[in-house]
Amino acid sequence: MNEDTLLSARGLTLHFGAVPALVDVDAELWPGEVLAVVGESGSGKTSLLNVLSGRWQPQSGVVWYRDPEGKLADVHAMPQPTLRALHRSDWGFVHQNPRENLRMGVTAGGNVGERLMAQGARHYGRIREEAIAWLGQVEIDADRVDDLPRTFSGGMLQRLQIARTLVTHPRLVFMDEPTGGLDVSVQARLLDLIRSLVARLGIAAVLVTHDLTVARLLAHRIMVMQRGRVVEAGLTDQVLDDPRHAYTQLLVSSVLQA
Amino acid sequence: MSDAIRPMLRTEALDKSFVLHLRNGLCIPVLRHVDLTVNEGECVALTGPSGAGKSTLLRSLYGNYRADGGRIWVRHDGAMVDIAAASPRTVVQVRAATLGYVSQFLRVVPRVPALEIVAQAARGLSPEAARARAEALLLQLNIPRRMHALPPATFSGGEQQRVNLARGFIGGHPVLLLDEPTASLDAENCAVVVGMILEAKRQKVAVIGIFHDAAMREAVADRIYYVTPLQDAA
Amino acid sequence: MNTGYNFAYLDEQTKRMVRRAILKAVAIPGHQVPFGSREMPLPYGWGTGGIQVTASIIGADDVLKVIDQGADDTTNAVSIRRFFARTAGVTPTTRTAEATVIQTRHRIPELPLREDQILVYQVPQPEPLSRLESSRAETRRMHALSEYGLMHVKLYEDITRYGHVSISHDYPVMVNGRYLMAPSPIPAFDNPKMHMMPALQLFGAGREKRIYAVPPYTAVHSLDFDDHPFRLTRAPHACGLCGATDSYLDEVVLDDRGGRLFVCSDTDHCETRRAAGHAGPDALAAE
Repeated sequence: MNEDTLLSARGLTLHFGAVPALVDVDAELWPGEVLAVVGESGSGKTSLLNVLSGRWQPQSGVVWYRDPEGKLADVHAMPQPTLRALHRSDWGFVHQNPRENLRMGVTAGGNVGERLMAQGARHYGRIREEAIAWLGQVEIDADRVDDLPRTFSGGMLQRLQIARTLVTHPRLVFMDEPTGGLDVSVQARLLDLIRSLVARLGIAAVLVTHDLTVARLLAHRIMVMQRGRVVEAGLTDQVLDDPRHAYTQLLVSSVLQA
Repeated sequence: MSDAIRPMLRTEALDKSFVLHLRNGLCIPVLRHVDLTVNEGECVALTGPSGAGKSTLLRSLYGNYRADGGRIWVRHDGAMVDIAAASPRTVVQVRAATLGYVSQFLRVVPRVPALEIVAQAARGLSPEAARARAEALLLQLNIPRRMHALPPATFSGGEQQRVNLARGFIGGHPVLLLDEPTASLDAENCAVVVGMILEAKRQKVAVIGIFHDAAMREAVADRIYYVTPLQDAA
Repeated sequence: MNTGYNFAYLDEQTKRMVRRAILKAVAIPGHQVPFGSREMPLPYGWGTGGIQVTASIIGADDVLKVIDQGADDTTNAVSIRRFFARTAGVTPTTRTAEATVIQTRHRIPELPLREDQILVYQVPQPEPLSRLESSRAETRRMHALSEYGLMHVKLYEDITRYGHVSISHDYPVMVNGRYLMAPSPIPAFDNPKMHMMPALQLFGAGREKRIYAVPPYTAVHSLDFDDHPFRLTRAPHACGLCGATDSYLDEVVLDDRGGRLFVCSDTDHCETRRAAGHAGPDALAAE
């Protein structure tokens, strides 16, 4: 594994019966960079995200993570408590459907403060202040801090999920179609928010998306997947402007220009 | 030639073809054995008929298009780095520090004001200094102050291109690639760009550009490089 | 006393099983230990867990006190006391100071307990996270991994909504700095008594089939925030009968014209004080 890489995967393989989800996939991620994994349904991109984040076990292959002290750890050999703690601190996971990662019956402030409280924060006033600060970072009004997420729009829920994820300053965030299902204007705002947060906070991210424009806007590097294999990888502008693999050319040519 | 003049960019037998899988694997060779050297403080203009591969060559030099053969040496951090064989990370580093590129069209990012778009491309400056420099460049390119806080999505083509130019020049990269920089500009703004290129040359920047306007070419280019079309123009 | 039952109703093997569970519980303070809860001659919800624990530890020489909401004379307490009188023949008492085993529903006696005493709590719901997380598999994982953020979220929400934590009974506590525990529906007022108590505290939940324990001199802290510390709440009155101002009070409605009387919930505590000559403002009215 290279000196600097934050996350490194080798030979990941996963089949569901006869269906290949991942076939000998390698991936690397450096600190502060965004890697987009694109492909259509069934490409294996979501499987890759789940295997990289330790949520699913691969049938073969290894995922190495470098912790803040520089030590390497095999993500799938970690004990459960360690992996869960990692997901609550140094890592984040933004789901496509924000409701999967939010407590709908708990106020926005409580949702954002939960990870802080899980790490031992015990001062109500400070937890609330920090929650309000993060709500501000994701452009949610401070006066919504005591509102229930039930009253939030789709875009706001997604931004709330992001605040909840970022509150512990994770170095690595996994994102699964973060703008999927949102109205176009809402998407634009959210994309810009993600872009500036990632740049400002120096977060590394693995971003799964089927939308090439999202990849172009957010990602430094891109991996194109088809039926479980990585067919092409490189800098985002390289792969999207000079696609060499047949499938990549098909994807790129299929994007409608507004 | 004095030995103080250093080559900033040099290609060796650069090859580039396109294989169109969607058209049954049709192979279109565009560049073959391109040998091009550009020194610091020099401006080389790429010429040739439309479709000859001028833009392809420029993009290949930036690493945007991937070469099929040959080398692209760029003087980066004191050493010559081969862009064609470099890892993606190295290309990113070279682009950040050494290679600047002004495309033909501004790729619009939602919601970010023109001033920010330019300031963010500055290198080695504090945020305030970057914004001050960005403002100066935009004004030099005749983008009035009232437009600086607006996102360029609603600007005219010419205005967007001027934002693009400001973003390309603010970085102070030692090598600057310009793809039809003035295609959508009027005479007055063309003259501004000429001035910017001449100033860059005085700063020892190596400039490689595609200029459709002969007069402009006359004003800035030290040399011409003719890109030979490999296919008959269809 | 030949009732045809084994001493204290349960057979000896069952008592061994319960004692093993108790030993495990004592070894891991605050941790819920599953046990093979037996069919008892009273329905779930009436103290079957507490009874099984008491039956497993009680000996012929023990002196048993049974209280329900602090009182020795309510139906529940009377029934259970008679049950043990019939099946074990143990000496019953209403005096806290004289008891060696005290079985209680929803109160801790006011009189501080001693090292030679055991307090057995009746527990309806042993899982402190039950209202916040409906999956028992998930709550077990949370206890195993010490992931108690959810409970703090609940306290946070209370403070947001009401300005203070709104839990009045069964206030969650951290035992020995490791396990989150439900102390049973004792009033929050009683929580501090659990901390470093010299007596052994055993908790039995019959329907849920769990036993847990707080060994003597164990740290028990009620959850709170640094800037919203746990507060004792009691009605701001003196006991009408004995005049106590520091005991937990019951409110007794006297008539349909709003007449009320506040009396010590702990009947033994009140009687002892009155026997010592203390009198409250309503001492005559209650006669």
